[in-house]
Amino acid sequence: MTLLPDSRGRFGAFGGRYVPETLIPALDELARAYEKARRDPKFKAELDYYLRQYVGRPTSLYYAERLTKKLGGAKIYLKREDLCHTGAHKINNAIGQVLLTRRMGKKRVIAETGAGQHGVAVATAAALFGLQCDVYMGTEDMERQALNVFRMRLLGTTVKPVNAGSRTLKDAISEAMRDWTTNVRTTHYILGSVLGAHPYPMLIRDFQAVIGKEARKQIMQAEGKLPDYLIACVGGGSNAIGLFTAFLKDKKVKMVGVEAGGLGIESGKHAARFATGSVGVLHGTMTYLLQDDDGQIQLTHSVSAGLDYAAVGPEHSYYKERERIAYTYATDEEAMAAFDLLARTEGLMPALESAHAIAYVTKLAPKLKRNQIIVANLSGRGDKDVHQVARIKGVSL
Amino acid sequence: MSRLQKTFSALHARHEKALIAYIMAGDPSLEETESYVRQLSEAGADVIELGVPFSDPIADGPVIQQAAERALRSGTSLKKILATVRSLRMKTQVPLVLMAYYNSIFRYGEAAFCRDAAAAGVDGLIVPDMPTDEAGTIHPLAEAAGLDVIFLLAPTSPSERQSRVARLSRGFIYYVSLTGITGAKLTDKVDVEKKVREIRRYTKTPVAVGFGIATPDDARQVARVADGVIVGSALVKLVAEGGQVSDRLASFTRSLKAATLPA
Repeated sequence: MTLLPDSRGRFGAFGGRYVPETLIPALDELARAYEKARRDPKFKAELDYYLRQYVGRPTSLYYAERLTKKLGGAKIYLKREDLCHTGAHKINNAIGQVLLTRRMGKKRVIAETGAGQHGVAVATAAALFGLQCDVYMGTEDMERQALNVFRMRLLGTTVKPVNAGSRTLKDAISEAMRDWTTNVRTTHYILGSVLGAHPYPMLIRDFQAVIGKEARKQIMQAEGKLPDYLIACVGGGSNAIGLFTAFLKDKKVKMVGVEAGGLGIESGKHAARFATGSVGVLHGTMTYLLQDDDGQIQLTHSVSAGLDYAAVGPEHSYYKERERIAYTYATDEEAMAAFDLLARTEGLMPALESAHAIAYVTKLAPKLKRNQIIVANLSGRGDKDVHQVARIKGVSL
Repeated sequence: MSRLQKTFSALHARHEKALIAYIMAGDPSLEETESYVRQLSEAGADVIELGVPFSDPIADGPVIQQAAERALRSGTSLKKILATVRSLRMKTQVPLVLMAYYNSIFRYGEAAFCRDAAAAGVDGLIVPDMPTDEAGTIHPLAEAAGLDVIFLLAPTSPSERQSRVARLSRGFIYYVSLTGITGAKLTDKVDVEKKVREIRRYTKTPVAVGFGIATPDDARQVARVADGVIVGSALVKLVAEGGQVSDRLASFTRSLKAATLPA
């Protein structure tokens, strides 16, 4: 398999740089800074240091024995990204990009956030290195994720409410891009998933690829063989691509990305881009997205703010068309059931995003043999979702 | 010679600068857009830019974002805008340029769009999120159809991008006066003059300046150094305020046009 993307930022037909001219030099600067950093052993050492000593890597690959027995099929391992500092894989990318920001000599970072996990990760990394930080967040998400809003404020970040459009992640990204266009000379935009214009999908994948590199080593140690399946939820798709990349050449390892099925595909209220979407351009990249016949981006719905977005990362579109990765979806209800199940059988509360991956595990595992292995990415922990879960269950706290 | 080229060379002969007026198509309805275009033209606008509403306009500030929302609510689509252009072409010869985000064109189909737009009487195309790097497929299609693709340059553009855009842009070059979005405030007019001069080293294609030009005074200062001034948000605001929109558009346009005449 050739190294992707190509020099134009393309994963086959997908990707590219569909942004205003004002931003092109900043994307070039970022690509150059990243190329240079990637070849600099000092950068690698610095990144490794913070991942190990600050984030708490490597995260464990945990054999979920009770869940395995309950489902009565394949052995289930969970890659415990929920154990990362700040509670999700997002910090891997935030630390990497903050280190790049320092190399570019910029003093201010901005970010968008849906569930708040990326926002918290960037706020944390900014505090760690003394950078000014503003995070854009849709007002609908601010309500769903009030705890994370407060966490960001405690870390010294200004949370900027976005009231436009659907008041969720899509609009937060648009607003962050406008800020970046305005302050591009002094500000670095830390995008949170494998989305946007080149080089973002590439460099964010590379910063998240540590997940799969560790998991591959860990499963070989634990089982002496590769897993049969890898499962991860897909919003933009950074935790998924982070887990999958190290296994792409292992043809026997099947990979499944789980999108947000919301209230069901028939309801039209979902974020399952591969189930009903088509190719288009949003926020700088060509990829599968949810749009109407006139190319207007459609509103999405998911119980999990982190999956509630109209487009998927371009590299996922590429592997979908090549049939290297399969995609399915889990509904809100299935994700909630998986949340309960994992909490009660393993004492692990998954983030509602990660609960979508677990929901698919509950369907898949019983169909497999006991000597088969599933590795699922527990990309984040559910503490941030406790209020939302209570609301859904009709419990007032 | 394209209609845009003819317009710029006629203006040049009269020592005038072009006034390029932007309104959002379909705000509040396409019928009204049609009558606004004629009024703008009669009041002195040399080129009319019609915004194609998009759900996620990343290069636009709140004024144009809200105009796009109103236009979408009134059921505006690219197809209907082309029908409006066709109807306008029976009544006016003013150059018409569409400003559309790339996804609107991609979804329509690049080839079909170039063919239909040119047939309807569209003269040029501005795509704020399509830098030259991504224009490889549409550029030959547009050229074959006789549609001028107008590329943008920004204050951040280095010389190699200035020369590339100068080579590829047809009709005129759109210089974005500031790092920012539409409707922002232009503060550094000295820098605009410097950049326009830099761009002119590479080409004889006219350079028009847009973003942050809100008053006749702004227009006068920019017209001194550029071949055209582009006014958008200030006009869109007049439409949004309602009332005697036609009269106010006409009188504001007259005052802007006066600012582009030789001193």
